[in-house]
Amino acid sequence: MSFLEYAPAPESTALLNLQSEYGLFIDGSFRAGSNPTFSTISPATEKHIATIASASSADVDAAVAAARRAYDSTWSRLSGRDRGKYLFRIARLVQERARELAVAESLDNGKPIKESRDVDVTLVAAWFFYYAGWADKLDHAGLGADPRALGVAAQVIPWNFPLLMLAWKIAPALAAGNTVVLKPAETTPLTALLFAEIVQQAGLPDGVVNIITGAGSTGRDLVNHPDVNKVAFTGSTSVGREIARSLARTSKKLTLELGGKGANIVFDDAPIDEAVEGIVRGIFFNQGHVCCAGSRLLVQENIHDEVVDRLKARLSTLRVGDPLDKNTDVGAINSAEQLARIRELSDIGEAEGASRWSPACDLPTDGFWFAPTIFTNVSTASRIARDEIFGPVLSILSFRTPAEAVAKANNTPYGLSAGIWSSNGSRVLAVADKLRAGVVWANTFNQFDPSSPFGGYKESGYGREGGKQGLAAYLAPAGSSQGVSSRGTVERASGAAQIDSGNVESPASPITTEGSSK
Amino acid sequence: MTIDRLVSPASRATEVLGGELTESSLKRYLNGISGVDAVGLEARAADLGSRSIKTTSKAWALDRIISLIDLTTLEGADTPGKVRSLVAKGLNPDAADPTSPRVAAICVYGDMVPAAVEALGASHGLDKGPGGINVAAVATAFPSGRASLAVKLADTADAVAAGADEIDMVIDRGAFLSGRYGQVFDEIVAVKEACRRPDGSFAHLKVILETGELNTYDNVRRASWLSILAGGDFIKTSTGKVAPAATLPVTLLMLEVVRDWHRLTGEKIGVKPAGGIRTSKDAIKYLVAVAETAGEEWLQPHLFRFGASSLLNDVLLQRQKLASGHYSGADYVTID
Repeated sequence: MSFLEYAPAPESTALLNLQSEYGLFIDGSFRAGSNPTFSTISPATEKHIATIASASSADVDAAVAAARRAYDSTWSRLSGRDRGKYLFRIARLVQERARELAVAESLDNGKPIKESRDVDVTLVAAWFFYYAGWADKLDHAGLGADPRALGVAAQVIPWNFPLLMLAWKIAPALAAGNTVVLKPAETTPLTALLFAEIVQQAGLPDGVVNIITGAGSTGRDLVNHPDVNKVAFTGSTSVGREIARSLARTSKKLTLELGGKGANIVFDDAPIDEAVEGIVRGIFFNQGHVCCAGSRLLVQENIHDEVVDRLKARLSTLRVGDPLDKNTDVGAINSAEQLARIRELSDIGEAEGASRWSPACDLPTDGFWFAPTIFTNVSTASRIARDEIFGPVLSILSFRTPAEAVAKANNTPYGLSAGIWSSNGSRVLAVADKLRAGVVWANTFNQFDPSSPFGGYKESGYGREGGKQGLAAYLAPAGSSQGVSSRGTVERASGAAQIDSGNVESPASPITTEGSSK
Repeated sequence: MTIDRLVSPASRATEVLGGELTESSLKRYLNGISGVDAVGLEARAADLGSRSIKTTSKAWALDRIISLIDLTTLEGADTPGKVRSLVAKGLNPDAADPTSPRVAAICVYGDMVPAAVEALGASHGLDKGPGGINVAAVATAFPSGRASLAVKLADTADAVAAGADEIDMVIDRGAFLSGRYGQVFDEIVAVKEACRRPDGSFAHLKVILETGELNTYDNVRRASWLSILAGGDFIKTSTGKVAPAATLPVTLLMLEVVRDWHRLTGEKIGVKPAGGIRTSKDAIKYLVAVAETAGEEWLQPHLFRFGASSLLNDVLLQRQKLASGHYSGADYVTID
């Protein structure tokens, strides 16, 4: 036998205690939706997991009204310390139910259990712990004394990190004193609904967190609802653009975290084995369903062939398959639609003359699967070098000098992430300074930490999530026309449209060094 | 200006570096090897360590671990009796289960080689047939290596003459850390020559880097290349007398070097982590690192070894558990 064909090591689903049907979580309890229900399936098997309610406009009204009531009557009147206690309680409950949440996430999303276990759920708890600590320290958030909450936040999140994106949205919103209505993605509602149970378990006042499920129209109703003060959206650039357009004449505050086409730059003095690992982590982590993925590899020309050879050897050891197997490195593509898009763009790449390569791997017959793929001989004009593929597909380009690397890295409508690989510290700093990306990783990739702000330039959106900067998205300075004092004086929001300062190109991109945890 | 010093024209180094081998050409080559990012290396090792090896894979792994062990005793208090007892354990690891595989080698100090050879009797020699066991001797003023070259060579020749199949030598860490790569290189070449038997064959040479004293991953990578270039058959992490001894990141790094050497020349070099690997769980992580880095063909005693003593009994307990379904206890495996 071959040792490398490790015997199956599936994580047990026995501890999952799922309902057969989930309603909308409004005002502290589940209720049926008015639109026809839909089914959420496992992308690895296409098997039905649960029946999910779909919210109509009236349901959205009810959810926003519940959030408004909770905001006016309880949440805005609580002290920061008391809000913090609830958040700490949620964080601990997430840790207690970590295994269950990880299994549910892998089942519903298709990502490997080792990632949902070691990255997603771990970070979810970290995010709530981090912002729980901020709840009573808002005077130090950089907005002057006594900053104000905004009111009701409408939050729409994507399917790539369902529970983690929920945490990125809900934790800072609640810490700052807002109440929320959140809509998870249509294909991945499961963990948000388990989170609703955690909200009940934590005894959060009714209506502070509302979770409504549905398709794109539900999200549209939510962000356009007149009684919403803040909209936070993570997802595609086209939807983000539509939201920005529809919110343009309102007083709603908006943050957008959109697509990306991150450049991962490998210089010839890079630590080569670790760089190869970083390339793999950059694009094959979460099947490449990562907005900040390092989907454009820029390799210095004098080491191009060696890096490609090593990368191919490494990719041959990746294990693609059952997301619930603890040894799986790459799981299933989240949906048939996404798979079709990845196939289409990959075919275009081939038609445009790029050389396509995938390791030999047996893909399951049921479910949505795409083998890890790399393209060499990619020109900068090729669509696979320009468009976000959002799948396990890497486009490899080369450069000759640092100046060319910077020019190519910045030559994209996006500006979310970039990576630099070099053993030369001063080169790393000099290049990082010139990259127009919200996050620049040095000798690492796809590392996240609640204390580090995250967000984009240009078509990758505006506003920052995480860190102190992430609080600013849910707060207004004291005395401003918008928002309500976190000490309890109620003022209804009014006033001019406000856009977060995060869209201004600030000279200093935050550099994440490798010290931070995943 | 100092005149560049010539170093021994070892065949591998001559082929790879080309031209006349000098201290500075060697230094330039070793310093030109890409650096190691410590955080990334440790993250990769941790990732490999999180593989979940179950059921049939675990059973295979446990048996394979036993057959890769250099069962070791390196104590001042060693006696022929202790060595005989160790040999008996190596030949028949599980007293209750004769189907257990045998270990790869018995590793002792040079003066204990005759006792080990005698105790092994007809079973002496890994390559002499199924069930054969090698005798490995530590040499070259192990563990510190602080002796003159003449003493080190005599130490080596003595063990080979007594019947040692493998020599575990230490490099001169002092010379390496002070940048005298040529001296370290020449010593390995000379010790390799001292491994030559009268019939022209060689005892296998394992080169101990003592990674705990080299301290940085960059040093470990350079020392690994240097040892291979000088003619080492195996590169070995540690003597077991210095902490930290073998770690998974250090072993992974050395596996990357032998993989790269194989890519470059087609030649396969062995790796031996030694010291500090005490549990089956840890040992399985090493097997995973070997299989996913150098390749599965390295999981055989000519290319991978564990330098260990207490590891064996833990593996046997796990093996009994797999067979019977329940854990036994320390009294159900023999002390040697």
